[in-house]
Amino acid sequence: MLSTHDLHAYYGKSHVLRGVSMNVQPGEIVSLLGRNGVGRSTLCKAVMGLVAPVGEVRFKDQVISGLDPHQIAHRGLGYVPEDRAIFPGLTVAENLELGKKKRGQTGRWGYDEIFERFPRLKERMEFPGEVISGGEQQMLSMARSLMGDPECIIVDEPTEGLAPKIVEEIAHLLTDIAAAGVSVLLVEQKLSIALKISNRVYLMGEGRMVFEGTPQELHDDPEIRKEWLEV
Amino acid sequence: MLETITYSLLNGLLYGMLLFMLSSGLTLIFGMMGVLNFAHASFYMLGAYFAYTLGMYTGFWVALFLAPILVGALGAMTERWGLRHVHQHGHVPELLFTFGLAYVIEELVRLFYGTLPMNYRMPEGLDFTLFTVFGTSYPAFRAFILVVAVVMFVGLYLLLKKTRAGLIIQGSLSRPDIVAALGHNVPQVFMWVFAFGTALAALGGVVGGIHFVTEPGMAFMMGPIVFVVVVLGGLGSIPGALIASMIIGILQTFTLSVDFSIAHVGAWFGYAVPPDHLFATLWYLDSTRIAPVLPFLILVLTLIFRPRGIMGKREA
Ligand SMILES: Nc1ncnc2c1ncn2[C@@H]1O[C@H](COP(=O)(O)OP(=O)(O)O)[C@@H](O)[C@H]1O
Ligand SMILES: [Mg+2]
Repeated sequence: MLSTHDLHAYYGKSHVLRGVSMNVQPGEIVSLLGRNGVGRSTLCKAVMGLVAPVGEVRFKDQVISGLDPHQIAHRGLGYVPEDRAIFPGLTVAENLELGKKKRGQTGRWGYDEIFERFPRLKERMEFPGEVISGGEQQMLSMARSLMGDPECIIVDEPTEGLAPKIVEEIAHLLTDIAAAGVSVLLVEQKLSIALKISNRVYLMGEGRMVFEGTPQELHDDPEIRKEWLEV
Repeated sequence: MLETITYSLLNGLLYGMLLFMLSSGLTLIFGMMGVLNFAHASFYMLGAYFAYTLGMYTGFWVALFLAPILVGALGAMTERWGLRHVHQHGHVPELLFTFGLAYVIEELVRLFYGTLPMNYRMPEGLDFTLFTVFGTSYPAFRAFILVVAVVMFVGLYLLLKKTRAGLIIQGSLSRPDIVAALGHNVPQVFMWVFAFGTALAALGGVVGGIHFVTEPGMAFMMGPIVFVVVVLGGLGSIPGALIASMIIGILQTFTLSVDFSIAHVGAWFGYAVPPDHLFATLWYLDSTRIAPVLPFLILVLTLIFRPRGIMGKREA
C-alpha cells in the first residue's frame, strides 16, 4: 500500500533521514517507534511531500515522491500532524469542512460516521478550534483528515501530552478506523499503546530503521528496546 | 476648531479608505505566504493609468471594472511566472524581486506616459457637491470613494467568511502546509489571492488617481504607508487592515491640518523655551512636520511592543 525505499531527507546540510525503507499493507496498523529527534516526523513529512524526499515513496503501486502535497493527498493519503494543526479562528465545523477535498465530497466518512466515532466533536461544532481541549483537538485533527476519505493515514504522536483515559480512547479509535479499511501508520513514543494495537512495528534510530517485527518480537527483545527506545 | 475636526475627520476617513483598498490585498498576500510585496502600490498606480487610458475609449464606468480586471491578470502572471520561482529561494530574493518590479513598473509608466501628471478626471455624473458643512463643501466623488471601499470591505468579508475558497484562504493564513496536505492546491489559491489583491489595489488606483494625482511617483507615495497599515492591523486580518487604515488615515490628516506643537501646550501654562535653547527645535516643532514620520514611528513601535498588530494571528 505505502512504502519507502532508501529514502533520504535533509534540512539544509543536516542529513536527517539516512536511507529509510518500510511499508504498510492494506488494513494494517504499523507503528513507528523511536526516541525524540530520530527523524520519525521527518519521515511523515517526506512521505507527504512537505519535506523534499530523496529516494522513492510509493503508494498503491505508484511513485508519489516528487508530487506536491495536495496531489499526494488526492492519491488517498491522509496526514494528522504532530502538533494537530487546528486552524485558529475557524470553528470545529469549518476545520472539518476543510478536510473535504471538494465541496460536498461524500466519501466513506460523512458527518454521520464522524459523529458516531467522535461524539465529543458534535457538541463542539460551533466552538473556535483553538479553545477545545487537547484531546478534542487531536480527535478533530483525525476526523478532519478522515473527511477527505483517505485509504491510509499517517498519525504523528497522537497521544503526546494527553491523559491516560484519552490515550485509551484514541487507541480504540485507531483500531476502529483500521477496521473500517483505512491503513494506519502510527508514530509513537509510548510502547504500551503501540504494542497493543499494531500489527507490525518499526523502530527507528538516527535516521534509519534498526528493528522491524511484530509487537511480540519487540516485547521479547529487551536488548533492542534498551538500546533504541528506553531512556 | 469644530470645523477643522469635522474637515479632518471626513478627509481622514477618505484617505483611510483608500489605504484600506491597498492594504486589504496586501495583508492577505503577506499573511498567506509571507510575501513582502513592495510592488503592491505599483499595481495601484497601474490601476489609475489603465483607467485613465481605457476611460478615453470606454468612459469611466466601464474602466472602473475593466482596469482592475486587467491589472489582476497582470498580478496573476507576476505570481505564476515570477514570484513562484523566486519564492523557492527564500524571502530575500523574493523581496528583491518585488523591489525591482516596483522600479520596472515605474520606469515603464514614465516611458509610456512621461513624468507629468495625467489629466485624469472624475466622471461628470459625480462632479457635484453632496453636502456642505461649516462652509466647506463635500464633493459627491469623495462619497463615491467611500461607497466603493465599504462595498469592497463587505464583499471581502463575506468572501472570506462564507465561501469555501475563503475557508481555504483563512486556513492558509495560519498553516498553508496543512491546507496543502488536506488536498488543496495552495499555490494556485495563492495565485488567485495575489491576482485578487492586486485587482483591489488597482480599484483603489482607479478612484485614488482622480482624488490625488496620476503621476509616476504615486506608487512610492503610498507604498511604504501601506506596509505600516498591514503591520499595525495584523497580518492576514481584513478587519485589522480596516481599523489600522482608519487610524493612520485620520491621524495623518489631523497632524497635517491642525497647527500644533508642544509650544502651544507650554503657552497654556505661560511657559516658553527660548528660541536658542537646545530643545527649541523639538519645542516649536510643528505637527505638520511630524505627520510624514508618524506612520513609521507607529510601525517601529508596533513591531517592538505588539508584533501581532491589532488583530493579527501571528507575528510580523
Ligand atoms: N524544520 C527543521 N529544520 C531543521 N532541523 C529540523 C527541522 N525539523 C526537525 N529537525 C531536526 O531533524 C531531526 C529529526 O527531527 P524529527 O523528524 O522531528 O524527529 P522525531 O519526530 O523523531 O522526534 C532532529 O534532529 C531535529 O532537530
Ligand atoms: Mg516528531
